[in-house]
Amino acid sequence: MHSLSIKQLSEKLQSKQISSVELTEYFLNRIAQYDPQINSFITTTPELAREMARDADAKIAQGNTHPLTGIPMAHKDIFCTDGVRTSCGSKMLDNFIAPYDAHVVNELKKIGMPILGKTNMDEFAMGSSSESSFYGATKNPWDLNAVPGGSSGGSAAAVSAGLVPFATGSDTGGSIRQPAAFCGISGIKPTYGAVSRFGMIAYASSFDQGGPMARSAEDNAWLLNAMVSFDARDSTCIDMPKVDYVAGLNDSVKGLRVGVPKEYFGEGLDPQVAQVVREAISELEKMGATIVEVSLPNQHLAVPAYYVLAPAEASSNLSRFDGVRYGHRCDNPKDLKDLYQRSRAEGFGAEVKRRIMVGAYALSAGYYDAYYLKAQKVRRLVRDDFSRAFEQCDVIVGPVAPTTAFNIGEKTDDPISMYLADLYTIPVNLAGLPGMSIPAGFVNQRPVGLHLVGPYFSEAKLLNLAHQYQQVTAWHQQMPSWLAAQ
Amino acid sequence: MSLGQADVKKIALLAALAVEEDELAIVGDKLSNILDLFAQLEAANTDGIEPMAHPLDQVQRLRDDLVTEIDQHEKFQAIAPAVEADLYLVPKVIE
Repeated sequence: MHSLSIKQLSEKLQSKQISSVELTEYFLNRIAQYDPQINSFITTTPELAREMARDADAKIAQGNTHPLTGIPMAHKDIFCTDGVRTSCGSKMLDNFIAPYDAHVVNELKKIGMPILGKTNMDEFAMGSSSESSFYGATKNPWDLNAVPGGSSGGSAAAVSAGLVPFATGSDTGGSIRQPAAFCGISGIKPTYGAVSRFGMIAYASSFDQGGPMARSAEDNAWLLNAMVSFDARDSTCIDMPKVDYVAGLNDSVKGLRVGVPKEYFGEGLDPQVAQVVREAISELEKMGATIVEVSLPNQHLAVPAYYVLAPAEASSNLSRFDGVRYGHRCDNPKDLKDLYQRSRAEGFGAEVKRRIMVGAYALSAGYYDAYYLKAQKVRRLVRDDFSRAFEQCDVIVGPVAPTTAFNIGEKTDDPISMYLADLYTIPVNLAGLPGMSIPAGFVNQRPVGLHLVGPYFSEAKLLNLAHQYQQVTAWHQQMPSWLAAQ
Repeated sequence: MSLGQADVKKIALLAALAVEEDELAIVGDKLSNILDLFAQLEAANTDGIEPMAHPLDQVQRLRDDLVTEIDQHEKFQAIAPAVEADLYLVPKVIE
């Protein structure tokens, strides 16, 4: 059951071979059996899931349902879920029962997808390993000594382990794609503005973007259909005609121009990861794509620019956590300043505090021009690089991350080395482009992801190419052997 | 660039974060490493480049000036640390 595609699950539900209640119970049992070792969930919501499953079965019995009705799922704990703790992986929000639903949560509830729980993540989505969660590190199902990537590491690990068919993620600097790569699943970060950010706890608002994480490109296409809808409550959400991401999955990719940036295979890339990615590119060529070399000359400036801009936005966004209206409040504050300073010092973890301080510094008098404004200019250089490259090609491919999943604890004392884990994903967020990670092989039994990046609103094309690749490869169907048993 | 303890105290104040005296040095070291990363930006030639705030260069959407939110203060205040008579309580600000 846990190896079936979203489409297969949908067919079983719609033809009443299985009920949503049975399916939900099946995945709740897998979570109870395996998650104590993986720690991919912060909160499980079995009662909510069962109630939603009963409602879904009633809907299916009446007919006229959505293809996804009754398929259980999980939300990254960054999406506010009415009546359910929404912690964002932080002690600050350990006691926060969200009083409303995020737009994405609401859309999937309307369809009738039972919520199994809320998945683990780096605190406030700031990290690349899911180790900074207040609720403890998530383990990589492929190797419990390895990180699952981050920040959506809980969602990636849960899908990879077959604990849930699909989970939501969010991607500010790579947080859907890098954990998808590390856990051997597929995930897509849509164009900035495609998925509403309403109710998705803000980290860096000009980069944050929600998206699906699932086993295959086809699964992602079904889910993206449900997640993309205009929402006036997010002022940056784009009002565009409805796109069917499933319709073009089987289109031919013959003649598609696939760009390979020469800068991607330079210093810092593990040679074995490079080899896997080159083999995947050869496969695309065999499928009929035309490979062209392109250049992204300012790529190396993306990480420093991001670590000015994202913390600057975070320092502003996270100022709302003040111990007054919700979240953690320190004991016996002696005055208002003490209330703010101690509530925040106690509620936030080390990396979150570091980014808030970096951001406050970058925005402070005397440094604004040198750091913030300079980084915004570099952001345009990085975006313009992509625009020029897309004059020569339809899709850019390369590695998602410079290495496979690293070991738990390996980078926790060295924030900079952690930041550099996102050197291929961050430029895509700076430009606001859609990007996708799909499984492309293994190095020493740890998964490697292939990165697909397209022009604005080219999600359907990325999913089409990914789906066609998954028709001739089986990397996306692999599962750790200890979790594969039915 | 290396931040001293006085710098860290000033940044902590701007960020409204309490930092213990014995943490100042280590926090300063880690922040300094990040500022060294920023220094790479200096090498970029950005003459004549407009700063970019939004990927799609969008302008803010406007809407009609109508009441769209309903009053849910009881629900929202149910999760507040301290509330009295529909007001959020904080330590005394004015003596």
